[in-house]
Order: sequence, then C-alpha cells, then structure tokens
Amino acid sequence: MSSQARSIASRAAERFASTLAILTGIAVVAPVVSIALTAMQPVSDLWPHLLSYVLPRATLDTALLLLGVGTLATALGVGAAWTISSYDFPGRSSLIWLMPLPLAIPTYIGAYVYADIFEPLGVAHRVLSLGLPPQPALALLPGVRSLAGAIVIIGLVLYPYVYLSARAMFQTQSAEFAEAARLLGARRWQEFVRVSLPMARPALAVGLALVLLETLNDIGASEYLGVRTLTVSIFTTWLNQGSLAGAAQISCLMLFAVVALVLLERYGRRLRAFAAAAESPRIAERTQLRGAARWAACGLCFMPPLFGFAVPFVYLACESIQRSLIDGIDAALLQAAGNSIVLAATATAIVLLLGLTANVANRWRGSASTAASLGASQAGYAVPGLILALGLLTPLVALDNIVNAVARSIGATAPGLLIAGSSAAVVIAYSIRFMAVATGLTQAGFERIPRDYDDSAKVSGASEWTCVRRIYLPLLRPALWGAAILVFVDCLKELPATLLLRPLNVETLSTSIYQFASRGSFEQGSLAALLIVAASIVPVVWLTRFADVPNGPA
Amino acid sequence: MSRIRDLSVATLGAVSVIAIAASGAVAQSGEVNVYTYRETKLIQPLFDAFTKDTGVKVNVISASSGLEQRIKTEGANSPADVLLTVDIGRMDDAVKAEVSQPIKSAKLDEIVPPRFRDPDGHWYGISMRARVVYASKERVKQDTISYEELADPKWKGKICIRSGQHIYNNALFAAYVAKYGEAKAEEWIKGLKANLAQKPSGGDRETARDIAAGKCDIGIANTYYWALMTNVEADKKPWAEATKVILPTFAGGGTHVNLSGVMLAKNSPNKANAMKLIEWLADDNAQKIYADMNYEYPIKAGIALNPTIAAYGRLNPDALPISKIAENRKAASTLVDKVGFDN
Repeated sequence: MSSQARSIASRAAERFASTLAILTGIAVVAPVVSIALTAMQPVSDLWPHLLSYVLPRATLDTALLLLGVGTLATALGVGAAWTISSYDFPGRSSLIWLMPLPLAIPTYIGAYVYADIFEPLGVAHRVLSLGLPPQPALALLPGVRSLAGAIVIIGLVLYPYVYLSARAMFQTQSAEFAEAARLLGARRWQEFVRVSLPMARPALAVGLALVLLETLNDIGASEYLGVRTLTVSIFTTWLNQGSLAGAAQISCLMLFAVVALVLLERYGRRLRAFAAAAESPRIAERTQLRGAARWAACGLCFMPPLFGFAVPFVYLACESIQRSLIDGIDAALLQAAGNSIVLAATATAIVLLLGLTANVANRWRGSASTAASLGASQAGYAVPGLILALGLLTPLVALDNIVNAVARSIGATAPGLLIAGSSAAVVIAYSIRFMAVATGLTQAGFERIPRDYDDSAKVSGASEWTCVRRIYLPLLRPALWGAAILVFVDCLKELPATLLLRPLNVETLSTSIYQFASRGSFEQGSLAALLIVAASIVPVVWLTRFADVPNGPA
Repeated sequence: MSRIRDLSVATLGAVSVIAIAASGAVAQSGEVNVYTYRETKLIQPLFDAFTKDTGVKVNVISASSGLEQRIKTEGANSPADVLLTVDIGRMDDAVKAEVSQPIKSAKLDEIVPPRFRDPDGHWYGISMRARVVYASKERVKQDTISYEELADPKWKGKICIRSGQHIYNNALFAAYVAKYGEAKAEEWIKGLKANLAQKPSGGDRETARDIAAGKCDIGIANTYYWALMTNVEADKKPWAEATKVILPTFAGGGTHVNLSGVMLAKNSPNKANAMKLIEWLADDNAQKIYADMNYEYPIKAGIALNPTIAAYGRLNPDALPISKIAENRKAASTLVDKVGFDN
C-alpha cells in the first residue's frame, strides 16, 4: 500500500469511527430528549406541593442513601481490590472469582432476602428466641426496613462495580511507581493512599458513579424498605398525582444534578494525567503475606462476597429446592432463561462494540462532537429505567410509523410495530441504558494507555486497525472484560424497561421474578432468581479467570 | 478465524432475537392481545379456560405500570385489544390517556351493577377485593371496627400499614376524601399516622407478619392475602393463624372495595374477539376462577364465594360509586405527602 492510499484508508477509518460514535450518542440521547419534551408540558399546581412536602425530605433521604451506599461500596470494593492485587494469601484464587458475584443479586432480591431473614418470625428471630423470650428477642433484631438497612443491603450487592474498576487499575499498575514510593521511604499503606489510589481515580470515579446511579434509580428495594427517595417520588407524582409531565420534570432535574456532579469530578482532575509511563511494561509484583496478616486478609476479603452473595444465594437455593419439590420445574421458566440470555448477550455485544468505538473515535480525533457523544452516551444510566423506557417508546414508534408509511406508499402491507412491538425494543433499551457502563470503563482504561504507543505505531506504519488490535485491545483487556461482565449481568437483572417494552408472550427471568414479587411472595420466584444468578456466575467466573494477570515479570 | 467466530456468534444472536420477536407475532385471526396489570401467572388459568371455551388464542403482556402510556404511544398501530387492571387508579389513568373506547354490551350491563362500572362504559369491574383490618387474635377482642375508628388514640402505637402512596391505600384514602371532604380526611390520616407502630413499609403480608410477631395489634390489608397465606403459602400460614380478618365499615356505610377491571382498547385490532373475552370474563366460568384461584369477590351475583373468604362474614360494599374514588386519588396522595404519612 502506498503511503497516500494508507492515509486515505486511515482517514476513512477515523471518519467511520467518529460517525458511529456520534450516532451512538444521538441514539442514547433520543429517549432523554423525549422525556425532556414530556417535561415541557405544563403542570398546574404540582410544584408548590412538591417543594413544601415532598422534595426536601426525598432529597435528604436520597443524599443520605447515596452517601452511605457510596462509602460502603468504595470501602469494600477498593479495600478488596487492593488487597487481592497487591498480596498473595490463602484463598486469593477463589476470591478472584467470588468477589464480583454479588452483581448477580438484584438489589430488590437482596432487600427481600435480608428482610425475610431479619424480620420478626424470620430465621434470626427464631435463633434468638432459642435463648430468649420472643419479645426481648424482637427488640434485638436490626431494623432492616429502614434507611440504614437499605444502605447496608444495597452497598453489599453493588460494591463489585467499584471492585471491578479498581482492580482493573491496581493489577496493571506499573512496578516503577511502587518502587519509587518505597525508595522514598513510603510504607505499603502510604504507597496505597498516595500513589495507587490517586492513579486509579478515573476508574474509581466510574465505578462509584455506577453504584450511585444504580442506587439513585432503584425503586424496588427502596420502596420495600420504606426509603422515600427521589425516584420513589417520581413514581408517586406520575401514578398518584396523575402527572407524567411532573414526573418527567423531576427526572430531568435529577439528570441535571448527575451531569453536574460528573462534570465537577472531571473538572477536579482536569490537569492531571493518569497514563502509565510508556517505557515501563513491568507490572508490580504481589507480596506474599505471612502469619496472622494472611488470615486477616483472607477473612476480611471473604466478608463482602459472603454477605453480598453467599447468604442470598443459599437462601434462594433453599427456597427453590423446597418449592421445586412441591411444584416441579416449570418449562416456561427455561424458555424465560433462554430469552434472558439471548437478549442480554446481544445487548452486551452491541454495547461493547459501540462503547469501544466511541472511545477510539475520541482518541483518534478528539473533537467537541466526539467528546460530547462520549458524554451523551452515559445519559441512559442517569434516568430511572421505567422513565427511560417510556421515553424510548416515542422515537421507536416514530421509526415504525415511517416504515409503515413507506410500505404503504409502495403498496406493500404495513408491517405494524416492527421495532417497538418486538424484542428489538428491549435490546435497544438495554443498549441505551448500559452504554454508560461500557463507555465509562473503557474510557478509564484508555486514560492509562500512553499516547506514545499510538505515535510509535503510526511512525512504524501500522494501520488504525492494527493499532486497535495489537495495542488497545490487549491493554484494555481487563477493562473490557469488566465492562462485559457488568453489562451482561445488568441486562439479566434489568426489570422495569423489560416489563414495559417486551413483546406479547415474552417473559425473561427478571419478569418471571416480578410475577411473584409484585404479589409480595417473591420466594415463589426464587428459582427464577437463582437462574439469574446461575446465568451470571458462568461469565463472571470465566471472564475473571482471564482477567487475572499472572504474577511475575510480564 | 476468531473474526469468523465472532461473526457467527453475532449472527446467531441476531437470529435468536428475531425468533423471540416472531414468537410475539400479533394480530392474526383467532387471537386477542391482552395488556394486563394482573400478573401473567395469576391470570393464565383464566386465559387457558377461555381458549378452551372459544378457540381464541390469548397473547399477553403484563407490567406493573405504564401500560396505558405504551398503548397511547403505540397509537393507531397498537396491537392492544383488552386492558386488565387490578385497581381503579389505573383505569382512571387509561381513560384520561384516551386509550379506551366504550364497551357496549347488554350482557355486561346486566351482570355488573352500575356503581362498579364507568358511567360512560369505558371500564367494567369484573371482580372485587376489600381493604380490611387484620387483627391479632390474642390481643384484639372486638370483632367489628369502623374505618373512622382507626384514627382513635386508643390504637396509639398499635397499627401497621404499607406506604400511604401505595395504590391500595391511595384508593382507601381517596374514598375517605370522597365521603368526608379533604379537611376531615386530613385529620383522619393524621390520626392514623399518629397510631402507627412503625414507619410505613413492606407489603400487606408483612403487616400480618408484624402483628403475629407482636410489633402491632392491627393492620390494614387486602382480603385475598390472608386467604393465600392460609391456603397456599404454607410457610406463611402461622402469620394468618395469629390474625383474624375484620371487615371494617364506614360509619353508616359499607366496606371499601377496589375493582379488578376490564377495558377495550381504542384501536383494538381484534375487536370481536376482545368483546368475546370481556363478556366471558364476567360470566360464570371466569367468575368462579376469580373466586377460587384469586380469592376475590366475584362481580356476578349468585357465584359462590371461596369458603375462606366467605368466613370473613358478609361483605357489604360501600355505596360510594367507584368512579368517585378515582376522582379523589390525587387529593388523597397530596394529603399523604402533606401529613408526612410515609416519613
């Protein structure tokens, strides 16, 4: 290939990537725009009421919930990621795949399970009653249906977002930084606080943002546990006050607040660079822990997956076994499992591809439009799922109507609601909702790849595709695997958009759980919940195996 | 090689999505498409019986909220024929969203009493549930109670209830507003709030559980939960056994009931089958299923109640037309916020 032909080809590649990135941004923003249009409709007397009676309390409760969950998830996620990445100790190899597993537990399932265990007449109460009269035993039970209960339960199942993003950073940390810190007399924890933690900040910000947005948009767990968050008031405004426009307005305000916080965090680290030094591919080695320390590390690290995963898992397994012995296994449930996996896998593939493209485009040709697309593609995560689904319906039906009009004009039979009436709507909703996970984690990964690598590749005449294949993909591997796990499992768990957008006669695992949960007897749905967990474990275990970097010189 | 593999995986994915989509194909002859707020699992036995009786296949989507918005957005191409709801609030929303059309059926007019249907025919009630009091067998001696009495300070610290914004409570509070006006209703909701043993949370089953555990003496819940715990959910039977169901009444009135209702979609593509289903739901076969499998009160006179439900005593539904309750939903929700009921 002549150098001229190559430069044309490379420009075509760049243009293709940026076009795709911008289209992705537009697609993600479309439902948000449609929500904003709904919010433009006048609402008469709603706001004085909201301002005096609803929002102050809801804002306070939401802020406390976010603060609590954020702190807990960061402490568990960062602590475990650092320990596992820096030390060798007994149980470490099991922890690598155990640690992300709480992801498989939907927050509302966590809430039901822990409420059932710790509520009066539950397992904990019965155990306490063995040694105490029932009433004093009752007084000893922790109040699970409370703000504190919600913080602990949600924090325990959401910390893996922080863990996965932190671990992707810690384990590819260059040895030079650690050695420099230690030469300067830093102890191990000082090295952690002053070197590793600040270096991992972009990734931590992404992980923490995912935790906070997931918490912000949660409705099932908060409502059940009696926490009146902003999202709960959005639904009350819509359903009881009969004002969809008012609900859309609160959603938009929430979105503004989220965008402002994200920008503020970016602004806070605007002058810093996080890329590893180009000359140093050598990765820090783990230290072998000895004596009591190794057992302490082992014990502490097993806590989060124990309470975030093992307890709910065992509970669901016991309930399922009891119930399948009585009712037998429903063939429809296996069909639902198949549907869930296909929908989630398709959406994951789309999201990863588009998320990577958006980042590549921004790296090659950082322009205002590619940067904006990258930012815009995160909007889907900042709106409650059901509101997003409502917003998405309008553009989807508009597309369908165009198709129908064209079909009629050429004399063909109108196909009806081709997109809005099929599973494509669900896949599109997942892709839009979870685009933030893929773009965010990939972006954090990219920030660690030195620009020198791109330049060296260009100088030595490598094509764009070679650059992606030989440099980006290998270096992004931990970040991409992390994103794939998160998106896939998130899709499996997603409920509100799936419920509203799925076509006739299609059930997924999460909608099967809802069938029972909405009637307040979620235990009957435990087999479906268990299947979500099972379907999540396979990719989580498989992917984390690949994601671990072998100890020793690379 | 790996690229070929990736491609084939992608193709497989796309094909499967299309296959799922095709399984939801709609609007053929001999079918009817139902959008329902009642969960598929609960209502499937009804649809199976309908298909057996008439040969018409039933396609279903169930959701917890937003179905009327979906029908509205789908517009002229909407496949929806019938909308089933479990609460007056959703029926009211659907009428306001203009996604329904009046049902014209002499048969339904004969079966469904006027106060359990929309004056304009947009919705018909097909079964009822009452919002009643669960009381501790051990600690509550009285066997009658009024809704007004729930605000009496004698119950201070003794009442459990789920969120005041939940649709079931919203409808009960709206009925109070409709009967007494906003000022009196506010006083009553305040009084009830002052009597609560704990912050509103959980669901109706948790109310029974909390009474059984001694956290509170009485609670407010729907009639069918107690029957389900007694007859179906073995592990919750002790919760029901520790409580008794009292059918409360408004002073000089009857018990607050809510409706499961049926509506005909505005652009129903299979209208004949939709009408067939709607009329069938109000008829003996379906009404018996409502009574025995869902533990609800059938709307049709002369259908036997389930024995567990019958044992609660004779239900005397309050005379207030259900449409009046729908009108006061917003006011009730506002009052709940205003007195900080859920805080």
